[in-house]
Amino acid sequence: MTEMIDQKEMKVIVFQLIDKEYAIGVDVVQSIEKLLTITRVPKTPSYVKGVLNLRGVVTPIVDLRDRFGLEVKEMDENTRIIIVTLPEFEVGLIVDAANDVIDIPVGSIEPQPEVVGTVESEFISGVAKVDKRLLVMLNLEKVLEPVKRGTSDER
Amino acid sequence: MDTNQYLEMFIEESKEHLQSCNEHLLELENNPEDLGIVNEIFRSAHTLKGMSATMGYEDIADLTHKMENVLDAIRNAKIRVTTEIIDVVFQAVDDLEEMVLDIAAGGTGKKDVQELVEVLNRIEAGGSAVVAASAETAATAVAEMETQQNGHSDLQFDEYDMTVIGQSFEQGYQAYEISIQLREDCLLKAARVFMIFEIFEKSGEVIKTVPAVEQLENEDFEETFAVALLTKEEADVLKAKIMKVSEVENVVVRPITNETLLQGRVEKEENIVKKAAVEKVDSPTNPKSAVVSGEKQNRKNVTAQAGNKTIRVNIDRLDILMNLFEELVIDRGRLQSIASELHNAELTETVERMTRISGDLQTIILNMRMIPVETVFNRFPKMVRQLARDLDKKIALEIVGAETELDRTVIDEIGDPLVHLIRNALDHGIEKPAERLAKGKPEEGTVTLRAYHSGNHVFIELEDDGAGVNRERVLAKAISNGIVSAEMADTLTDKQVAELILASGFSTAEKISDVSGRGVGLDVVKNTIESLGGHISIDSKEGYGSLFQVQLPLTLSIISVMLVELEKEMYAIPLSSIIETAIIQTSDIMNAHNQKVIDFRGNIVPLVDLKEIFETADGDYEADDYQSVVIVRKGDKLAGLVVDSFIGQQEIVLKSLGNYLQNVFAISGATILGNGQVALIVDCNALIK
Repeated sequence: MTEMIDQKEMKVIVFQLIDKEYAIGVDVVQSIEKLLTITRVPKTPSYVKGVLNLRGVVTPIVDLRDRFGLEVKEMDENTRIIIVTLPEFEVGLIVDAANDVIDIPVGSIEPQPEVVGTVESEFISGVAKVDKRLLVMLNLEKVLEPVKRGTSDER
Repeated sequence: MDTNQYLEMFIEESKEHLQSCNEHLLELENNPEDLGIVNEIFRSAHTLKGMSATMGYEDIADLTHKMENVLDAIRNAKIRVTTEIIDVVFQAVDDLEEMVLDIAAGGTGKKDVQELVEVLNRIEAGGSAVVAASAETAATAVAEMETQQNGHSDLQFDEYDMTVIGQSFEQGYQAYEISIQLREDCLLKAARVFMIFEIFEKSGEVIKTVPAVEQLENEDFEETFAVALLTKEEADVLKAKIMKVSEVENVVVRPITNETLLQGRVEKEENIVKKAAVEKVDSPTNPKSAVVSGEKQNRKNVTAQAGNKTIRVNIDRLDILMNLFEELVIDRGRLQSIASELHNAELTETVERMTRISGDLQTIILNMRMIPVETVFNRFPKMVRQLARDLDKKIALEIVGAETELDRTVIDEIGDPLVHLIRNALDHGIEKPAERLAKGKPEEGTVTLRAYHSGNHVFIELEDDGAGVNRERVLAKAISNGIVSAEMADTLTDKQVAELILASGFSTAEKISDVSGRGVGLDVVKNTIESLGGHISIDSKEGYGSLFQVQLPLTLSIISVMLVELEKEMYAIPLSSIIETAIIQTSDIMNAHNQKVIDFRGNIVPLVDLKEIFETADGDYEADDYQSVVIVRKGDKLAGLVVDSFIGQQEIVLKSLGNYLQNVFAISGATILGNGQVALIVDCNALIK
């Protein structure tokens, strides 16, 4: 790795959903929270778990498993909520575990292969191979498209 | 010079001055003879010129300069105020506004104003041509004046100067007229003038000079000049001080008293022609010197306004203060609930006191964020003037209660609905002059815009003395658009018929006119106002006019709600839509067309099961003997919301759900409760069809 020509690196937060590892850039991550009380919001897609009070800001929470159409699981002590800040809003993402902050060389990110597991490919911006670990880079703009009334992209 | 740090202030103040120009121009149109108004406009324009030149916006300075010339000509009775002139000046103000907005948006503030400048020039020239003949006769008078400059007053005071002098007397100042003669062989006249002015500015305030300051600074004068000074110093002291400046030949200090002022006022009329001639001689100013004088004038204005005890606070800071206070309100709620659990007398007392104080604090903070509705109203006179011309109608707009204050959050939202209502009143309400005369009404229609406080609400009313709502036409239209059935139509009261024009689907695209009715109709107005937690009603008498009444909450940030429980979830229902709460017997619930209804004080009120709407229950409704119902309203319509239990009333801070969750059904926002959890706020408007 030290002989990489492309020295540019990006810091990412690695989290887990079932057995796969995903990554999002630290620059959009505001904080990582343990379990908090979530207030359900009726008449929203099932992946919207509700809203919670994040230091005075009402923040919507999205269950990423549900969003990706994976099997939904009850929250446990490993469950984390990653608060990401996009230009328009802040959203919390429920993930199985979040345990790593690593630097990955920008050069190691490749465009996504044709098929990557079960996750909808439109949600993926690329994959990074770091030390035998395969990290799926998420396209947050797509994953967190605003929920409008009437859109039924529930799955 | 680095002007960036002043940019914000420049933009703010420019807007203010332009607004004041607009207002006074409208006033001037009604009282073309009132030169006091011209003076006001002139002052605004002058300040603007100075500021923009300092900031380096040459185009603005140029245009204001030309505008100023025209105003000056009006002020000196060289030209008369006509509608054409006012139109052109309005146009100039519009262009200036555009340039200022451009600067505010990060632009350069440049704009091609050549054409307008030419028109202004032409007006100014046309005006001076008229007095050219009289100027000649005045020339002798001027010569006369110059010869006797040591004996008699050289200074001409206008209304404004006189007021300033008059006021300064009250504050214990003395006014002196000081004539200074420099030595004939004086080399650096400007330097001497500067030194003398330094003395003046240390001891008081210079309100007028002859010749003008810029000419003095350009050495554009002979050996003498005169100054009017407001000071607390003695005449002799002043004289001695000035004599200390080298190359000063002679100084004459004469006190200005009320008598001389009065005399001046009487003489003023006669002197106008003379003065016009003098100013004409004085008027060749080049832009550079205008800049200097602009700055000078500006500084003077600042000192004049120093008595006004207000400070400008950036709105962002107030928002931060508000946010912090909201946090405090949340914690206050938490403290209250802890205290009620602990039953500790001392704690309870302290919490109570804190609640009272924070209540006061809340009022103060809310008041700080209040702005007079004027900020919305002040663009209407011009709009009405323009529209009336486009529609070929004669319309006077009366504004009452423009000083009524509203929270900024509300102010930001009501502009557009009001524009819509006014356009509607002008287009459909007020008749053409001929029609009005035929009906025996005055030719000029009156539209009154009124704002006032009442209880926890602000009312804004728009009243016109136009045609009113035509029952037949409205009904015909409502029936053809399928809003009411023909059978129902007969049973409607006049008020109900009038309110039909607010119904959605009433206004249709077929009657697009330039002014109103772009196919959107008044239902948009109604929706906007209701989404603000407000209410609109209409009262109309055919042939006599209509009255639109808009009721708005004072603020949108902190509202009173009723907390209710559905299963284990808490929801908040705004108190503004609640009529009352009731416990009803399950056996009293009736069925009408698969719709559960109850008889509530003689009204048939449909029941809405909130648990069903919000999908809280798993479907097993065990029917209790009694049901808790919250009766809410939207306009005249009622509905009963069935809930599990009432928890109580609370002040809460309204929070948005953010941009991620847009348009959640029947939820208008969220709030944070004392225990830190989020409760959703029920949007009753969405629940009533």
